[in-house]
Amino acid sequence: MSKQPKLSVRDLFKEYDGAPVLERVNIDVAEGAFCTIVGASGCGKSTFLRMLLSQEQPSRGEILLDGSPLPEEPTPDRGIVFQRYSVFPHLTVWQNLILAREFEQAPLTGRLFGPARKRARDDIGELLERIGLTQAADRYPAQLSGGMQQRLAIAQALVKRPKILLLDEPFGALDPGIRNDMHALLLGLWRELSMTVFMVTHDINEAFKLGTRLLVFDKVRHDPQAPEAYGATITYDLPVDKSDRQKKELAETLMHDRPDTA
Amino acid sequence: MKLINRKPSRRLTVFLGLLPFAALLATYLIASDMRLAVNPSDKLLPSFQTMADTMTRMAFEPDKRNGDYLLWTDTAASLYRLSAGLAISAVLALVIGLAMGVLPFARAFFAQFTAAFSLIPPITVLPILFITLGLGEAAKIGLIIVGTTPAMIRTLAQSALNIPRELVIKAETLGASSWQITTRLYLPHILPNLVAALRLGLVPAWIFLISAEAIASTEGLGYRIFLVRRYMAMDLILPYVAWITLLAFVLDRLLLALSKRAFSWSHLEGDSL
Repeated sequence: MSKQPKLSVRDLFKEYDGAPVLERVNIDVAEGAFCTIVGASGCGKSTFLRMLLSQEQPSRGEILLDGSPLPEEPTPDRGIVFQRYSVFPHLTVWQNLILAREFEQAPLTGRLFGPARKRARDDIGELLERIGLTQAADRYPAQLSGGMQQRLAIAQALVKRPKILLLDEPFGALDPGIRNDMHALLLGLWRELSMTVFMVTHDINEAFKLGTRLLVFDKVRHDPQAPEAYGATITYDLPVDKSDRQKKELAETLMHDRPDTA
Repeated sequence: MKLINRKPSRRLTVFLGLLPFAALLATYLIASDMRLAVNPSDKLLPSFQTMADTMTRMAFEPDKRNGDYLLWTDTAASLYRLSAGLAISAVLALVIGLAMGVLPFARAFFAQFTAAFSLIPPITVLPILFITLGLGEAAKIGLIIVGTTPAMIRTLAQSALNIPRELVIKAETLGASSWQITTRLYLPHILPNLVAALRLGLVPAWIFLISAEAIASTEGLGYRIFLVRRYMAMDLILPYVAWITLLAFVLDRLLLALSKRAFSWSHLEGDSL
């Protein structure tokens, strides 16, 4: 591939107090890819996502975005949806959605008033319609169902048109039926906005259904006397061909048949 | 059904709530009657009639010496000191607590100092305040500030730290500056806690107010009850205590109502007292 990768990770290590969590992670991701990340609990996949967000810094190695190192703190070029606490509980649905615009247009007060506020509210009408929250625009997040909250979280994360969207088990707490709706919404937005997506999930079916590329995090070296001695890395990097059931079965085997994954 | 799952009806709840008050009044009434039957000039447990007469005099007859309506001048003086002290405490606690919660540098600067300062028994500071600020209003307000601010600072700093990190990060990804994150995320989150801290601070604030008034004052609810103590004027002291309690209760309810009205979002989940 002659084109520069959107994001490249070079020889990444991460340790907490001397205990390695991730080691020797290397990956290049092309623009527009939808990477789903799976792995056993505690294998560092969420840590990896937090480093892509600059919420945490690598112990060694580097992450390049468009060829230059990531900023040291979270910035609007990378959007995020967490499993919980993704939307602001003290703001109503529409206030959550105009917040980014308020930050941009009112550096001092962080607030729009009068006609500017009215205009901002009018401008999110289509977005509200898209995520099915028009009727709920004046409600607080605590008054919404889990699925509605996550739809709001996704919409809010996309307001700044980030080049990269990071999702940390965004649908982990939702019912299976609602998950399907969320998948459709997410895939539609991804195609439309040509973003590069990284999504951590526990659900292998979800990983195959959504991803164009599946990353499996696991430990390659294992010391039975010292289970914490080695960190995890990307053990499988599979381009997902949706018709290929074998790969799915293979990955399921990889995920579940290891003696050290409970 | 198990006892833990049984709930009183609405009417029964009201009745049960009033019962302890009625029991207390009845006990007093009986004890007072018994003592007055033996000695009609007994001062320890005056009858309700005597207390009502005394309070009517305090509220509606001008004082012979200076022409003031004492209940109202006392109440006004005490409420002024209380609200001035608590208002200054609230502003200090909000600014310092917010800074500590938001900025690691401010936390490093203030944390140890406020922890140490909060351990000073406030009453021991009272002589210092009287010496440095004189016997006027400043010393009494100062005592309330010294007594309530450190705890409020710590409450607010902690409540700022309790805001999920995810929300702060989300705000950063939406392009917010430090200042915008402070004013649009931290501030709205800790304002309900400020009101809660004020409600909790009311109790120590009253204690310090009454103490300061007892020691050096010329008016105020605390001054009055300590003044008439030497005459064993229970017919004044008991209604004054009830009046102070009522004022404290009303202030507490007003603050709760304010919180529910202004920060409805923070009352959406769970029960609160």
